Amino acid sequence: MPTVDLADTPLRDLNAALHRLTPDSNETHWRVLNPRGRHSVAAGIDAPVAVEIAGHVGYYCAGMNKQASVVVHGNAGQGLAENMMSGQVRVKGDASQAAGATGCGGLLVIDGNASARCGISMKGIDIVVQGSVGHLSAFMAQAGNLVVLGDAGEALGDSIYEAHLYVRGTVSSLGADCVEKPLQEHHRAELRKLLEAAGVNGADLAEFRRYGSARRLYHFHVDNLGSY
Amino acid sequence: MTPTDRWIHTPPRMSATFDDHAIAEIRRAAATGIYDIRGAGPKRQLPHFDDLLFLGASISRYPLEGYREKCATDVTIGTRYAKKPIALKIPITIAGMSFGSLSAQAKEALGRGASAVGTSTTTGDGGMTAEERAHSAILVYQVLPSRYGMNPDDLRRADAIEVVVGQGAKPGGGGMLLGRKISARVAQMRVLPEGIDQRSACRHPDWTGPDDLEIKINELREITDWEKPVYVKVGASRPYYDTALAVKAGADAVVMDGMQGGTAATQDVFIENVGIPTLGAVRPAVQALQDLGMHRKVQLIVSGGIRSGADVAKCLALGADAVSIGTAALIALGDNDPRWEAEYRALGTTAGAYDDWHEGRDPAGITTQDPQLAARLDPVVAGRKLANFLSVLTLEAQTIARACGKSHVHNLEPEDLVALTVEAAAMAQVPLAGTSWIPGQNGR
Repeated sequence: MPTVDLADTPLRDLNAALHRLTPDSNETHWRVLNPRGRHSVAAGIDAPVAVEIAGHVGYYCAGMNKQASVVVHGNAGQGLAENMMSGQVRVKGDASQAAGATGCGGLLVIDGNASARCGISMKGIDIVVQGSVGHLSAFMAQAGNLVVLGDAGEALGDSIYEAHLYVRGTVSSLGADCVEKPLQEHHRAELRKLLEAAGVNGADLAEFRRYGSARRLYHFHVDNLGSY
Repeated sequence: MTPTDRWIHTPPRMSATFDDHAIAEIRRAAATGIYDIRGAGPKRQLPHFDDLLFLGASISRYPLEGYREKCATDVTIGTRYAKKPIALKIPITIAGMSFGSLSAQAKEALGRGASAVGTSTTTGDGGMTAEERAHSAILVYQVLPSRYGMNPDDLRRADAIEVVVGQGAKPGGGGMLLGRKISARVAQMRVLPEGIDQRSACRHPDWTGPDDLEIKINELREITDWEKPVYVKVGASRPYYDTALAVKAGADAVVMDGMQGGTAATQDVFIENVGIPTLGAVRPAVQALQDLGMHRKVQLIVSGGIRSGADVAKCLALGADAVSIGTAALIALGDNDPRWEAEYRALGTTAGAYDDWHEGRDPAGITTQDPQLAARLDPVVAGRKLANFLSVLTLEAQTIARACGKSHVHNLEPEDLVALTVEAAAMAQVPLAGTSWIPGQNGR
């Protein structure tokens, strides 16, 4: 197992090595030591490898990830797994603002809490937060799923498009054009699958509520002026 | 009317304040309840490069021989940090315009034209299409607030990256692509339902402010192994500080887009009233670079209302490394061509004034997603026209530079210029013609 200690290896060398990996590489499990809050750790990987990061990371960890499975044994700064395309990213601690921003695919699991704008402009990513999320989460969320086992802050799903939101706890308030919707059997099946993929056991699906777009703002109209 | 009545009532007099356009706009707003959304740039009179003149050579300046002596035009962008800077043969690039706002044929034509003369094109909101990558020898990939179509494969396929903070037509504003232009392909690229009015965000989703921007730029560099130049594009509003902050954030190049820059779709009130003219943006941006010791190290690309080789030469003389064109490039492709006059009339407008680019009904087949209209534009023919136009701009700039005694267009300098108006003299910081007076300098 390649081990890279960022205490004595430049970040640029780590990322370049991860970028050189090919699908048939034997170096499929990497361990990164002493990240010490560095930004852009393991950003831009495009290979089916596992990367374990022992410690806290700064901004944009696993940014634009493709195929890789990245686990952060600590907390993550802003823009965790931003624009992720595929693969899986898990943070054992908490995540700062804009976790999973504009993500297009893959699964992001945050074992702790996520701060504001979790899932902002998400475009197909699945995000499971075992704790709570901050304000304006799923702002302009286009596609994908956001599952929150804790509470959601103010203006959840503001200006949402077609993303699916599932929240077990309380929602401080819903944003413009976001409404509660019936949670039907196929939604429960979707939710069950997401929780299983995230390794979350024992959650009672009946405790969740579903939110999505009312689709009232899909066409600009002056009569909706108060919503803008 | 008796002779006496003639002297009681003055002839009808129209108001200069409530002119025809103002009155028509009040009536339109009252009838519709919605502001006017349109494409292109401002139509009001603004201080511009027309208000500057070159002095040319004289007894104290030695000109170069036209058609004989070399006047170079090459420019390299990204020399600060990028492992692979881009080398342009001419200092004129094609500005970011999206597939979505433009047809695939138009994007292909832009790539063909630019590549033929050795310069770059730029993607736009909505991502990179296979057509534009295939036909653009040098392609700049925009990272926009919406991140529509954003993906790391295209990032790596690009030759340079442009982080768009704003654009001259609407500093501080997002975009709105109306539903009729959201075709199945556009919708799929942007991951949005087909046919809805689609908003482009005005703020980036994962960074706020100059300190975050520096971290974001570094992430883009890490993902692309520090190979590609990273530009930062801003709409001209506070050009000195925005340039300084972009440099501080680690930009390889700054794109300063003046308010004459066009847009695919924005509120008319925004286009006409927000931002500052290109003429007033260049010197403060150059000053910021000079104050930081980064002039010619971080390249400055200026856009917004560039129409001729004279405009190019004036921009470069004020200190820019290159210029970028958008509206002029579309006109070169065939936008607003009088050959479609009957159809422009049917749309309630006329060739030269058509600006409802957001509606997707462009008779010239450029600002549309309608397959039949788009098919009217032959990308090969249109690309050739653009190449011709770019060549003319280059020749014109060289002609002026030689007359000023310069063996490279970058050797043009503010001392080669004078202004025709007090406003232009103040903005460009060059003397009023025939005087030594630069308003605002030396306490005068």
